[in-house]
Amino acid sequence: MYANPNSIINPSLWPNGPAPGCFFNFPGTSVTSTSSKSGIITRTQSPVTTGTSILGLVFDGGVMLAGDMLGSYGSMAKFRSIERIIKVNNSTVLGATGDIADFQHLKAIIEQKVIDEDCADDGFTLKPKALHTWLTRVLYNRRSKFDPLWNTFLVAGIEDGEPYLGCVDKIGTAFSDSKIATGYGAHIALPLMREGLEKKPQMTKEEARALLINCLRVLFYRDCRALNKHQIATITKEGVTIENNIELDTNWEVANFVIGYE
Amino acid sequence: MSSIGTGYDLSASQFSPDGRVFQVEYAQKAVENSGTAVALRGKDGVVFAVEKLVTSKLYETGANRRIFNIDTHIGMAVAGLLADSRQIVETARTEASNYRAEYGGNIPVKYLADRVAMYKHAYTLYSAVRPFGCSVALGSYDEVDGPQLFMVDPSGVSFGYLGCAMGKARQAAKTEMEKLKLKDMTCMELLKEAAKIIYIVHDEVKDKHFELELGWVGAVTQGRHQKVPQDVYSEVERYAKSALEDDSDSGNDDM
Repeated sequence: MYANPNSIINPSLWPNGPAPGCFFNFPGTSVTSTSSKSGIITRTQSPVTTGTSILGLVFDGGVMLAGDMLGSYGSMAKFRSIERIIKVNNSTVLGATGDIADFQHLKAIIEQKVIDEDCADDGFTLKPKALHTWLTRVLYNRRSKFDPLWNTFLVAGIEDGEPYLGCVDKIGTAFSDSKIATGYGAHIALPLMREGLEKKPQMTKEEARALLINCLRVLFYRDCRALNKHQIATITKEGVTIENNIELDTNWEVANFVIGYE
Repeated sequence: MSSIGTGYDLSASQFSPDGRVFQVEYAQKAVENSGTAVALRGKDGVVFAVEKLVTSKLYETGANRRIFNIDTHIGMAVAGLLADSRQIVETARTEASNYRAEYGGNIPVKYLADRVAMYKHAYTLYSAVRPFGCSVALGSYDEVDGPQLFMVDPSGVSFGYLGCAMGKARQAAKTEMEKLKLKDMTCMELLKEAAKIIYIVHDEVKDKHFELELGWVGAVTQGRHQKVPQDVYSEVERYAKSALEDDSDSGNDDM
């Protein structure tokens, strides 16, 4: 603890004030551990246990979300029963891609929000768009402090009688659409979903489910961080149903045609 | 009955020569002036019934509720100064939320009652604050511990109960309760009896208009505390009103 040169030269002039060559933290602001001395980020900014794609599709009378139940530890398929799609309330469902710990942190906060609402018991419940907006604020503010929650969220539900599907990513980019996919799903599944919706813009629940299941199958074939164990959530005016542990039939015969694959 | 405090009743930090803290006793008086609230614990749940005195016809029905939800699984019925009790409700909700953040689950109602009691007690120790002028009854149900009911009074004392009553007609309510075999009754039976007690002890002469507020938590609600649904409420109210007509003693003892 060697003396700040200023305090030797001018001991009474500005105690705890800025000093040449030193980084100065304005008093009253919280010093987040993004930078300790010289503004360099000394903490790693990469996710640890991650979830892969989540798919979302609007159909006639509701929305459907689908995703697998894997928490990958890098390339290891470590946690194979993670629920990445959760029910928030009777009109809203949330799905998450990315760091599972960050998702679980927000999940606990959102669950407490719902409890607080139940307590108030005044007839108001959190709507999907409201949750989407709140998530956007949280994620954008975290990114602005260089301390992001490393996730992409899909919010799905019924907003004022109409189906709603929204997405927010870790840097706070938010949008809503009738078909959204995160992670590898955006590259592989979304074109399939677009094709399906173009052919029939107002799908039935069964058609939407079939389309999503097909997309999940393709993702299991092609995404190396996917698992053949899925969740499908359906939200309609009647309420929310989440099916867990759905396993799909796959056909790997095509592998024989891959030269070099034994 | 109550001696005049003269001089020893100005702050909660003073004892009187005969060892009483008058401020706490005055707080208990405040509770005695409020509408009656009863809570009953049975075989598979806890029910709350409150005689909510309506002082003006201009109030919306359902205004100034006296039964609150704490977290998902605990109900709290209050008697006394409503504003004071609202702060207790907020404190209880915060405690439940902190417990959930730390331990990942529902706070056992026993711990919550303890914490509420400690909180209320703290306000009886200093002259800078006054004690809370409210009594609260906390109840919940879970598969492991079954139904549990606690009551905390303004002095910060808390006990577990099979049946408790607070407010103006609590003595009469207690007498009615003692006639019941609470341990073997189901939630529905308890609700009917609780509502009946409220109707019996309600003083038609002094307090004309009242709204019956009902809350329950038990196996029938899967452990969630809620306002009683409309159809159950109507059935219970009908039972209570008809039982009142059948019963010859209306509890109106102006002796």
